[in-house]
Amino acid sequence: MILADLVLTSSYYLVLSAIMFAIGAVGLLVRRNPLVMFMCVELMLNAVNVTFVAFGADLNDVGGQISVFFVLVVAAVEVVVGLALVVAINRRLPDATADDVSLLRG
Amino acid sequence: MSEVITFLVAAAVILVGALGVVTAKNPVHSALFLIQTLLGVAVLFIVQDAHFLAAVQIVVYAGAIVILFLFVIMLLGVDRAEDLGVDSVAGQKPLAAIVGAALLAGALTFVLVATDGATGQGPAESPTGELVEQRLDNGLTDIERIGRVLFTDGLVSFQLTALLLTIAVLGAVVLTRSMRRSDMLDDLEPVGTELGSLAPAGANDEHETSGHAGEDEQ
Repeated sequence: MILADLVLTSSYYLVLSAIMFAIGAVGLLVRRNPLVMFMCVELMLNAVNVTFVAFGADLNDVGGQISVFFVLVVAAVEVVVGLALVVAINRRLPDATADDVSLLRG
Repeated sequence: MSEVITFLVAAAVILVGALGVVTAKNPVHSALFLIQTLLGVAVLFIVQDAHFLAAVQIVVYAGAIVILFLFVIMLLGVDRAEDLGVDSVAGQKPLAAIVGAALLAGALTFVLVATDGATGQGPAESPTGELVEQRLDNGLTDIERIGRVLFTDGLVSFQLTALLLTIAVLGAVVLTRSMRRSDMLDDLEPVGTELGSLAPAGANDEHETSGHAGEDEQ
């Protein structure tokens, strides 16, 4: 069996993480629903988390996991404030998409 | 070998979920696909001996953040299908595809070109069993190691996250407080009167909300 020869190295995780990040970035650019855009941002953050843990395991350093911990906290904060903004915008502009909130456009 | 199989299964689950988040027309479906991706990432954390992070990933991400997403989707009633066939900016999808391909190519170049392994720590084929031995020699679980670093080297950062969370709670309360009818009508009035009438009322609101939030915390 081919799988028997394979050893799991950090490169596997980094490739997977790169693909996840690219998918999230494309989704952020393509979708217009602000909630789905937030989910794509979460996808990109998770890709980075995978990278952090892979590097941490590779170097036998717990710093990678510490970084993931802080990313988790910041992601939670970002979601709380972002969803509050979405709720506030939807009160004034029902059915708003990201394109409708262009008041600050120069 | 079992690690490789676990990784491949988890990677398939993650990528299907990630594509689902982007392509699902209904936001509820996107949220459910996001849960699938997050669970796959938790499995990858377990494979890499990050058991604490795997638990936190499931509890905080899948259990709290995605549920918050679903809660807002239901609250706003925006769980209708989005028309993905229309580009709001001309050529949006081709441009997005180009940007995504460039990102992917750039990231993969660094991974695949590296000769000394991804971290430059010797050959990438170094036996993984050795690393596991080292970890066990420490005699500490990953929770203990994280705790030791977090409460010594990362103490200031850790306390700053507490401040950040407090600010986020206050911000959420201020942003989503129920607006009075007079505030909504101000949008229709000319700009000059809006500034004069809003300033004192807004200042009072700030005091009220922060006072309530303070009570809640205690």
